[in-house]
Amino acid sequence: MNPFTYARPDSVDSALDELKAQPNARLIGGGTNLIDLMKENIEHPTRLVDVNRLPLGGISELPDGGLRLGATVTNAETAYNALVTARYPLLSETILAGASPQLRNMATNGGNLFQRTRCYYFYDTAMPCNKREPGSGCAAIGGYNRIHAILGTEGSENQPTACIATYPSDMAVALAALEAVVQVTGSNGERSIAFADFHRLPGNEPWRDNTLEPGEIVTSIDLPAKGFNQHHTYLKLRDRASYAFALVSVAVGLEMEGNSVTDARIALGGVAHKPWRKPEAEQLLIGREATPDNFRLVAENLLAGAKGYGHNTFKIDLAKRAIIRALGEAMRSKV
Amino acid sequence: MTYIGQPVKRVDGRDKVTGKAKYAAEFNVPDLTYGYVISGTIAKGKITRIDSSKALALPGVLTVFTHENRPHTAWFDMSYKDQDAPPGSPFRPLHDAKIKYSGQPVALVVAETFELARYAASLVEVSYDEETHETDLEAHLSEGREPSIGMATLIKPLPPKPRGDADAAMAQAPVSIKAHHVHGPQHHNPMEMFGTTVVYEGEKKGKPYFTIYDKTQGAPNSQLYVKQIFGLSLDQVRVISPYVGGGFGSGLRPQYQLFLAVMAAKELKRSVRVTLTRQQMFTFGHRPQTVQDVELGAAADGTITALKHGAIAATSQFEDYTEVVVNWSGMLYDVPDATLEYKLKSLDLYSPLDMRAPGGVTGDHAIETAMDALAYELNMDPVELRLKNYSEKDWTEDDKPFSSKELRECFRQGAERFGWASRNPEPRATKRGDVLVGWGMATGIWDASRMFARAEALLTVNGKLRVSSATADIGTGTYTIMTQIAADTMGMPIEDVIFRLGDTDMPMAPIQGGSWTASTVGSAVKQVCEDLKKTLFKLARKSSQSPFHNADFKEVIFRNGQMALRENPSIAMSLTDIVSLNGGRAVSETSTSMPNPLELKKYSRHTHSAAFVEVEVDEDLGTVTVTRAVSAIAAGKILNPRTARSQIIGGMVWGISHALQEDSKMDHRYGRFMNHNLAEYHMPVCADIHDLDVIFVEEHDEIVNPLGAKGIGEIGLVAMPAAIANAVFHATGKRIYDLPITIDRVLY
Repeated sequence: MNPFTYARPDSVDSALDELKAQPNARLIGGGTNLIDLMKENIEHPTRLVDVNRLPLGGISELPDGGLRLGATVTNAETAYNALVTARYPLLSETILAGASPQLRNMATNGGNLFQRTRCYYFYDTAMPCNKREPGSGCAAIGGYNRIHAILGTEGSENQPTACIATYPSDMAVALAALEAVVQVTGSNGERSIAFADFHRLPGNEPWRDNTLEPGEIVTSIDLPAKGFNQHHTYLKLRDRASYAFALVSVAVGLEMEGNSVTDARIALGGVAHKPWRKPEAEQLLIGREATPDNFRLVAENLLAGAKGYGHNTFKIDLAKRAIIRALGEAMRSKV
Repeated sequence: MTYIGQPVKRVDGRDKVTGKAKYAAEFNVPDLTYGYVISGTIAKGKITRIDSSKALALPGVLTVFTHENRPHTAWFDMSYKDQDAPPGSPFRPLHDAKIKYSGQPVALVVAETFELARYAASLVEVSYDEETHETDLEAHLSEGREPSIGMATLIKPLPPKPRGDADAAMAQAPVSIKAHHVHGPQHHNPMEMFGTTVVYEGEKKGKPYFTIYDKTQGAPNSQLYVKQIFGLSLDQVRVISPYVGGGFGSGLRPQYQLFLAVMAAKELKRSVRVTLTRQQMFTFGHRPQTVQDVELGAAADGTITALKHGAIAATSQFEDYTEVVVNWSGMLYDVPDATLEYKLKSLDLYSPLDMRAPGGVTGDHAIETAMDALAYELNMDPVELRLKNYSEKDWTEDDKPFSSKELRECFRQGAERFGWASRNPEPRATKRGDVLVGWGMATGIWDASRMFARAEALLTVNGKLRVSSATADIGTGTYTIMTQIAADTMGMPIEDVIFRLGDTDMPMAPIQGGSWTASTVGSAVKQVCEDLKKTLFKLARKSSQSPFHNADFKEVIFRNGQMALRENPSIAMSLTDIVSLNGGRAVSETSTSMPNPLELKKYSRHTHSAAFVEVEVDEDLGTVTVTRAVSAIAAGKILNPRTARSQIIGGMVWGISHALQEDSKMDHRYGRFMNHNLAEYHMPVCADIHDLDVIFVEEHDEIVNPLGAKGIGEIGLVAMPAAIANAVFHATGKRIYDLPITIDRVLY
């Protein structure tokens, strides 16, 4: 870990100034991932800008019936917030499937979006890694890649696959399903980023995890009114019952009339560089009966084009099984 | 008052939960400096250059030790051998430019603060010439060779010679089964990372003195290691280790942070602390990768007529680490035609290291899943098959009888508690909702060893008893049971007794491993208290006025803090009054407790267990949950059912870990373990653990030691993985041979 300086601004403007003054500055919320990365010599910020005194706390209702989750609210506060548990139980359940109580007490909603991959090779500076050290290669391809991506790993025409890392957040899988909107502020003002556009696939810039521009700050995560609080589930498959990242996870929100599906959202975690959604697959269910056969069609469609890299090839079939199970669970009313 | 056999609370419990208990890296002294280890990145080759200039340029960095500038240490391998060293040439940190395994320490940065040392370490540039390495045991299965013989193979014997003709008997057996098992390597990962604080005590008459706080399972082991390597005398080196945050065998050998910290302290004439990171906990000993083949042949009535059990394990290029993997099959089953084989293959790895139930849990999984498979072939209940082949003698040790063996009772009580009788043997036949339910069982066996040890007992003028021995308490309850033994032997209230350990100024004890500490140090504590009683008796009867003046030692008893005449207890003297006869000085004794090897050699001495396990398997998703388990343990006298139960529960949890989760994953292209942190190296969390039940069956053993107690550090683990694997088979009808049984192995 390199020496660094520390600032704790109390306004968004002064935080933006801090980022502008030192391009190598990093924002820190709970620090549950960043500190580890600094200890392991992966991140080398020269200045830490603590966001916890910025006025970005609180969970408040939006005029359109949605909910605003402040960037500095902790994961634990969010998961146990009465509005969240009543209207977005899928989000609550998903947050609680991640990490441990101690980590959730520290980790913030904004910070959660910036978790970095758990790829073994990314975490070991003795190993090549295009994400950590652009151009050095991807050791996970042909290596031990049990927790790696099976979707969205295609490279460009000129360059073969550069990275098969996954994005490890649980919370983000639910946010993807709920079509959350990330509000950001930068020196050019404010903008909104649809959740599907916030994280990105590795392409040939695997070091870029998301589409945030340098100098921008996430101020809140906004949830639209539709919360799927009748039919939802988060199914997480992992190598132990708690405190393990997902091999495959599935967040499902359904709206139903009788046994007929009127709206469907399905997002996958642990399978790609971002939460994986495919509206085309969801369309296969909308207006149809909730039957195992229809679930299977959706699963096949979602995993179409999936590619295994050896140790993780089992996840292609496992993901399909998980989708079918999750849809079945969500179908049964859960209030 | 009798304390032995009572669930006395941990005497060190309060200190541990309040943070008062200090561990090796928590002893602070003024002007302490900090060392940070730089780990190598290749598996084999040579260091061509180490550039420390950027690190040395930082104010506060004292030095960077490498193979080029390290101080001279002992020449001969002998000096580097510790109490648990396998035959071979022990690893010497920073010895030369050669790289023997990935993660090898290549430099030590020493600075005024830990943070500075860590940062400086990131600035040191190391270049290598790489050579082709071999780390994949499965690619070299045909290259197994006989292990070297040495001190370690005395304690951990190699397999006995073949008996009869196993191949011929196998060919004739009407029923037979065959299995091939692959077990991955595992790392101990105690909660406390390895650390050493070396306090430089200055020089007296030109000789430096050191007090060393080390994470170790034997302070004397570390002391001797340091003394020999650095050319010191024993009085220059005091090693203290009052608490150990988990060992599981990893502390049986001095680890490289001890060498590096002492080297730096001696050279810099400063106090130095070196702690390893969690990642570096994957850069020394591990449970070796082992591949096994098992065959069993049986008559139609279930009598086993042929046994073949072979294992090949990986070791390093520099030491022949061995463990007992296959012998257990012979100890459990008295098969007339049997071949047991154990081979090694040297690879470019660090030497493996004893890890809880070393070899035992590995071999037991193979033989006990084979027994389950055989029971299915025979259409026989698995418990019945084991009773049918119940062995009353140990043919691997010249047909010796067992000193005690209440395994039948383990089967009976374990089965009853578990409800085994209601089991439908048909695989896939039991369901709970949508999940499959499986019940499996297995037998476990481990050694009941005893070594020699010394202890001191001192009765203060205030009538308090202080007993000490340089053993360790790796969380097992040693402090507590030794206090109980001392209090009982002296007939004193337990509040008046303190037991201390983990200091080389105390009488010598062996490393704490092999489940022998209760037996070994317990016997020494009993012995020294018996001797102290004699001394007190002599003191008490000295004066002609003494009511004991004409008494014989046999005529007195010690109880309630008093010595009294057995026939007339109203004639009594308090121990405080007896000590006061010693001229204002405490009374002390130091004794050596030696097992009688000739007597012990007549018997095969073991603990036994039976584990019964229920699993739920979600067949669609491949998940396995151990919903409940019962372990019935036969381990002689149980000194403290509370700490003993914790030991067994810990072993059972480890068994779940071993069967379902733990696996050090190596990328053979780099010869490097890749999941080197606790997020990716899985072991159970609370959510994985459900209903665990422990039964101690009554077992009397007059042979093992004067206490009649056998060690229980290992036996709780041994049978669990096989019982879980057998339960998974019962649930699914699928026999999974390799461990751990992960989601993908259940599904595909």
